[in-house]
Amino acid sequence: MKFIPIFLIVSIILNFNLLKADEIKTENKIAKNLRCLICQGQSVYDSDSEFAISLKLVIKNKIQQGLSEEQIYSFLKMKYGEWILYDPVFNRNTYFLWLLPILIFLAGGAIIIKRFYNKK
Amino acid sequence: MKSKFIPLILIFIFLITFVIFFKGLKNSNIYTPNTNLKKEVPLFELKSFENNSIIISEKIFEDNKYYLMNIWASWCIPCKEEHKFLMKLKKDERIELIGFNYKDNFKNASSFLKDLGNPYNIIVSDKDGTASIEWGAYGVPESFLVHQNKIIKRFIGPINDENLLEIQKIIR
Repeated sequence: MKFIPIFLIVSIILNFNLLKADEIKTENKIAKNLRCLICQGQSVYDSDSEFAISLKLVIKNKIQQGLSEEQIYSFLKMKYGEWILYDPVFNRNTYFLWLLPILIFLAGGAIIIKRFYNKK
Repeated sequence: MKSKFIPLILIFIFLITFVIFFKGLKNSNIYTPNTNLKKEVPLFELKSFENNSIIISEKIFEDNKYYLMNIWASWCIPCKEEHKFLMKLKKDERIELIGFNYKDNFKNASSFLKDLGNPYNIIVSDKDGTASIEWGAYGVPESFLVHQNKIIKRFIGPINDENLLEIQKIIR
């Protein structure tokens, strides 16, 4: 009978650790997707600047408040602009950026198919 | 037919790439954030610098006045530079200065104010820097001009003569 409370406590601790691990995982994932605005070529995750340290803390707090990943991104976008996100949004300024690789891919495919049929 | 087109396409691609890179040479690669914003003042609840009482943002910016919210720290060298301009601004009655003590310790910050003078009407301490993130700040020093609960202008880096004139022009 004594085992039941001990078992319960252990399982709660283990579960809590798992939850915590999940939180840290999303926290790191978000920090990796953010550009450190005052550093050169570093993500928030990589940087140890005061700005990045505070930002990581904010992300942690927001996760604990129950905000989703998307909500945190849009919060930071509102505060710092789109530049903070590594993933550029599809809009008028980025049409070229997003469509050029697809166009090149299609053109390459067309060339290959044409050659293939010509050989035949 | 085939041999005619391929060099043409290649030249075309080369030209486009050249134009893009050539234009890119002239672009500044330093990110300059928008400094003219009409954003609402973020809500916060922070400890007062002098005593540990809680100060709420709504209480600070409630009057129909201009406020300069200045983020500073005793360890920040550019803050020393801008301090004389803040002292000048203090003399102006149309504006109130709110100090945001950023990641600082009380002893150093108090001796900083003792040596250089205290231009602030209210000082709150942002121990972990998270409240500054809510403001969209990059670091120290940084200042936000607030009027009617809206941020009307931000100054990234130390305030200089030019900024001072600009502020005085806005609040006139």
